[in-house]
Amino acid sequence: MDALFAIAGKDFVISVSDTASARSIVRMKKNCDKTYKLSSHTLLAVCGEPGDTANFAEYIQGNVRLYSVRNSQDLSPSETANFIRNELAGSMRSRKPYNVNMLVAGVDQNTGAASLYRIDYLAAMAKVPFAAHGYCAYFVYSVMDHEYTEGLTLEQGFDIVKNCLTALKERFIVDFPDFSIKVISTNGTREYDLAEI
Amino acid sequence: MKLRAELAIKCATHESQTESRNHSIMQYNGSAIVAMVGKNCVAIAADKRLGQQALTVDMDFEKVFRMTDRTFIGLSGLAADVKTVHDTLRMRVNLYKHREERVIEPKTMAHLVSHMLYERRFGPYYIEPIIAGLDKDNKPYICATDLIGCLSLPEDFVVTGTASDNLFGMCESLWEPELEPEDLFETISQALLNAVDRDAMSGWGAVVHIITPDGVITRDIKGRMD
Repeated sequence: MDALFAIAGKDFVISVSDTASARSIVRMKKNCDKTYKLSSHTLLAVCGEPGDTANFAEYIQGNVRLYSVRNSQDLSPSETANFIRNELAGSMRSRKPYNVNMLVAGVDQNTGAASLYRIDYLAAMAKVPFAAHGYCAYFVYSVMDHEYTEGLTLEQGFDIVKNCLTALKERFIVDFPDFSIKVISTNGTREYDLAEI
Repeated sequence: MKLRAELAIKCATHESQTESRNHSIMQYNGSAIVAMVGKNCVAIAADKRLGQQALTVDMDFEKVFRMTDRTFIGLSGLAADVKTVHDTLRMRVNLYKHREERVIEPKTMAHLVSHMLYERRFGPYYIEPIIAGLDKDNKPYICATDLIGCLSLPEDFVVTGTASDNLFGMCESLWEPELEPEDLFETISQALLNAVDRDAMSGWGAVVHIITPDGVITRDIKGRMD
């Protein structure tokens, strides 16, 4: 039931995820961050089976950081995404596969180009301009399809995010307490408040 | 006895309902790939959709890959395995190149793929590949395999994916022998576009590669986006 979506511009990616942690019909926590910083310019957002998401994301985070330490060089967003996909694809054919959907957002520090990768729990990966996961995808994809333009500005991106959140509020039966909005750009990662955008 | 019969009927109906509700894993992402033989040339074309059942996720998803200068492989089926098999095959083709000090022939690659798939006989990759290329004598080669690597080698055209029934119909009526590269491009494009327009799981644009002795022509073609 998590909401998770992202929009990529030329040199930035806006990642939006809800902050609810639920078990069955009970909301256990209202300020849960479902994103993981992999490097200064790469962010991993996860949703799916609660235990699996944290466990898998932390495993990825650890290994991506280990690579940086060993090689004194960060993985690029595409390298990171491919590494994650490979790990998940391996897990898919194991006795107990991870049930995790992911968005990998990042900015290549050499070229300055932003990229967004969508990886589902089956380990299908696609490089996309915008993406969503779970039930929220059925609501926000139409909004993003309608309003996305290539090379949009950060403000235009925020406008789409606002409209997506309006659509969720209006039509989705689940009421989310709050959203964590993060922007990955050449300057690194910055979190925005809902009122700020 | 009557109760047991009723229970059996109940189970059967329940099973058929779940069967129809849940697509098979081969239909989960959706795809349409076709390859055709021409006069001293071959063509391979694929749609660009990536979906999750009825939800379209990407309209620019690559399923045909250039493995050597003049051999292409198209992978239909589960998108996760498309990537896994492409990555593994790329490694195997590069290893072949280094070990043999020559580029792999389409026929050899077909058998390599077949072997790779049968290796996973009881836990298969859910993909059905098509291989198209020109061999060292510029002879066209096309083939398809099922998900456990059974090769089929027709001399006219091969199809695979969720729109394969439609593609068979289109190819049967449009294909003719000894087509020149440009005519082959027109034939394969029309066959693919008209096949995917009647399949909800594939389409959203297409890519066509024409392999000739002089080189490869790659064209992106627009399709209906609905």
